[in-house]
Order: sequence, then structure tokens, then C-alpha cells
Amino acid sequence: MPKNKKKIGAYWASSCGGCDVALLGLHEKILDLLDFADIAFWPAATDFKYEDLKGYGKNELDLTFFNGGIRTTENEEIAELLREKSELLVAYGTCAHQGGIPGLANMSEEVDLFDTVYKGTPTSTNPENIFPQESTKKDGQTLNLPGLQERVRSLDRVVDVDYTVPGCPPPPDLTEDFLDLLVKGALPEKGSVVAGTKSVCDECSREWNRETIDELVRPQETEIDPDKCLLDQGIICMGPVTRSGCDGSCPEANMPCKGCFGPPPEVEDQGTEMLNSLASVLQLGEEGQALEQEKELLSDLPDPIGTFYTFSLSNSILGGKVSEGGENDRT
Amino acid sequence: MEFEPKLVGFLCKWCSSAGADLAGVSRKSYPPNLVPITVNCSGRIDVNHIVRALKDGADGVLVSGCHPGDCHYTSGNYKTWRRVALLKHVLEDFGMNPDRVRLEWVSATEGEKFARTVEEFTDEIKELGPGPFSNAKE
Ligand code: SF4
Ligand code: SF4
Ligand code: FES
Repeated sequence: MPKNKKKIGAYWASSCGGCDVALLGLHEKILDLLDFADIAFWPAATDFKYEDLKGYGKNELDLTFFNGGIRTTENEEIAELLREKSELLVAYGTCAHQGGIPGLANMSEEVDLFDTVYKGTPTSTNPENIFPQESTKKDGQTLNLPGLQERVRSLDRVVDVDYTVPGCPPPPDLTEDFLDLLVKGALPEKGSVVAGTKSVCDECSREWNRETIDELVRPQETEIDPDKCLLDQGIICMGPVTRSGCDGSCPEANMPCKGCFGPPPEVEDQGTEMLNSLASVLQLGEEGQALEQEKELLSDLPDPIGTFYTFSLSNSILGGKVSEGGENDRT
Repeated sequence: MEFEPKLVGFLCKWCSSAGADLAGVSRKSYPPNLVPITVNCSGRIDVNHIVRALKDGADGVLVSGCHPGDCHYTSGNYKTWRRVALLKHVLEDFGMNPDRVRLEWVSATEGEKFARTVEEFTDEIKELGPGPFSNAKE
């Protein structure tokens, strides 16, 4: 083994496991990585324990790919531990970057989440109302589980993040590019999101005719013209408010962008920005002639939060459900 | 102490801000709760500005521009009209009372309407109580 071989780690917090699969999806490329570095911690693929991690010195891991948002006390604890043990900490994938789909749970209270998950789903029967407890005593033993935190947070809201590789999950070539930069020692400035710097529209090959639209349709309700901009066809496509870097893979596959790369640089909130875009193009007839009907059309939009904040609710300005009365967390 | 709402008003330069000036020079009295911010056109105000103001502690946001047909830039107010409609729908889903955002057309000659709008809006928000992120002192 070369003496200067690097050590890398990977970790999953609140995520679906897809990002770990994406790392494995590097196929032969992962062998190149293994020439360059040893895996020193990767719970999804290798048998390392938290104790092993605790045994490492400060910054002993050269780089850690961290996927998943911060949802439980365990997620937070390990994020802090990995931050301490890693020279470079990479938010890998949308959940670490933006909270991701699990972040949509920020629209619900803990009791409702538990009720749905452990009681309400068609496949659960729970007549005794047994819910997970942080601490349970049984036969003289105490069993502890990590606690659920109030909100899902992205990794950078909890610890400093050096780089972000976005995507749900990050496409293999983006990860490869990142690894190439790492191996060459050519990584950009710390804090960078290592992807494009424009919007998905910029790399989408569909023809955009700046049309105004007079109705909103869902992709399953219409025959999609494969060459025309989806937004021009009345389909909500998050391309204009999503960072480039995926080669427009969803519109190329005849599906609208859902926004998984997060907002482009300079855009604070994907959802509010998309409302602006939509308000500019949705128009019935001559400008100003049918305002009331346009208003109605916009207000009929189903599930706006799920549509405009599929991946970025945690990092949006409002961050999730708010309640009237001045009691909400302003951070 | 009675709850004194903090309101932010985005007023277009050509109509509503002039209307506010007229209210002043005609010595109309109205509550001091609104902090006016003059912008070129109500079309300059996007959803982010409004949501940011609410997040940073405003109890209500007034967006005011020229009457339909009168926008100095032809159609800025129509765009804003649609943005506000869409935003109200989304705010409601977020759990916020959509009445915290109000859109009102005020022309340069409508000093009286401006004063009345601020008065009404202040009363309405007093009624609603502090906003979700209110930094008004109670
Ligand atoms: S809105 Fe969607 S379909 Fe249209 S150009 Fe942008 S990414 Fe392509
Ligand atoms: S098109 Fe949008 S949703 Fe699809 S991969 Fe690219 S950023 Fe993600
Ligand atoms: S200039 Fe007044 S609304 Fe456009």
C-alpha cells in the first residue's frame, strides 16, 4: 500500500439509501478510487462501527461523503463526529444539500407523523397504540432510541460543509468529476456546489418559445411534445429555478424537472422563485383582460408545496409549516 | 400594551408612492405602522421580497401599484397581481393567514385611499394578531 494513501468515509443520515447505491454505481471507477484511498468508514457497505470512528484522530479521514439530512439526534451526533474526524466533509445528494424529500415532513407535527407511520398506513395494525419511545424499560433493562428532532435540516445547517455534490441521487458522471478533481488536487474553492452554475434550462435541448400558457396540465394528462419546452406546454417544470449539472436529464426523458439539484447560485428559495416564473407566463388572452380567471386558475393548483418544494422545503425561507402567533423559529 | 403590528409597504414610484405623498401633503392622518419602501413598479416586487419580509418579522405586507391599465411599464401590476394570488394560495398551505398580504391599487391622486388602506390594513392585522415570525413588541 502506498504510504500516502488517503482515507475516505461515507455515511447515511436521513435518506433513502439511494446515494449509497449511487456511490456503488460508479462501477469500475470505484476501483480507481480504491487505488487512491482506503475506505475507513462506510456503514452501508462495510462493517465499521461508531466506536471505530470515535477511535480516529481529528481530521484523520481525508474526505467523507455524507448523504441524508439531519432528522434524529443520532444524525446530528454523527454529523458532528464526522466533521471532527474529516478533513473535507462533502454533502452528497439532495437530502444533505437541501433536506430533500424527507424535508417535506416539515409540514407535519411529530404526533401526526407517528400516527401516519405507525398506525395510519393501510398495512399497519396497531390497536394498542404502540409508538417508538426514546427510552423503554423492559425486564430491568433500558433501551434507548435516537430522538426525532423537530425539523429536518440540511447538513450545512448543523456543521460546516466543504463541498456539495447535488442530485437525487447525484448522477455518476458528476461524482466521477468530483473524484477526478479530488485526485488531481484541483477542487474548487471551499463551500462550492460542484455542479453547474446556471439553470437546468440552460442545458435543456428543448425549444423555448417564451409562450404564455393558458392552462396547467400534469404530465400524465397529456401527450408531451418531445421538442418543445415543457413549461410552454403548461407542464410545471422546475428547470428555470434549478441548478444545472445533470444535462437536463429529466426533460430529456420527457419528464419535467422536479428540482433535485437545488436552487441555482443567487436564488434563495426555489419555490418562491418558481411562483414568480409561473406568474409571468400564465396568462389568459390579452394581458390584463382575464385577471380574475387567471387568479382562479393559479389558486386551483394542487399540492403547491409538494410541487414547488419537492426537495428544498427544509432550506426554503419559511422552512416548513408555520403557525400564526409569532412563536415560530426565525432561523 | 396593545399589539402594534409592523407592516411593510412596497409602493410603486409612479402611482402609489405619489399617492402616499399626497396623503401627507393633504394632512390625512393614518396609523404609523407601515414602513413604506418605494420601488420603480409593483412588478419589481417578487414573491421572495414578500416572504422575506414576513419571515424577518413583518406582521403584514402591502403591495401597492397603479390601477390596471395605468402601470408606467404597461404590465408590471398584472404580473404582481398573479404573483400575489399564487403566493396567497401557497401561504395558506404553509399555515399562514393569506390576509397578511394585501394588494391595493392606489393612484397618484388617491391620497385619501392610501390613508384609508393603511388604516384598514393596520386594523385588520391587529385583529389577526402577530404574524408567525412577528418581531413587534406585544
Ligand atoms: S422549463 Fe424545463 S423543459 Fe423548459 S427549457 Fe427549462 S428545463 Fe427545459
Ligand atoms: S432535471 Fe431536475 S429533477 Fe431531473 S435530475 Fe436534473 S435537476 Fe434533478
Ligand atoms: S409603475 Fe405603478 S405598478 Fe407599474
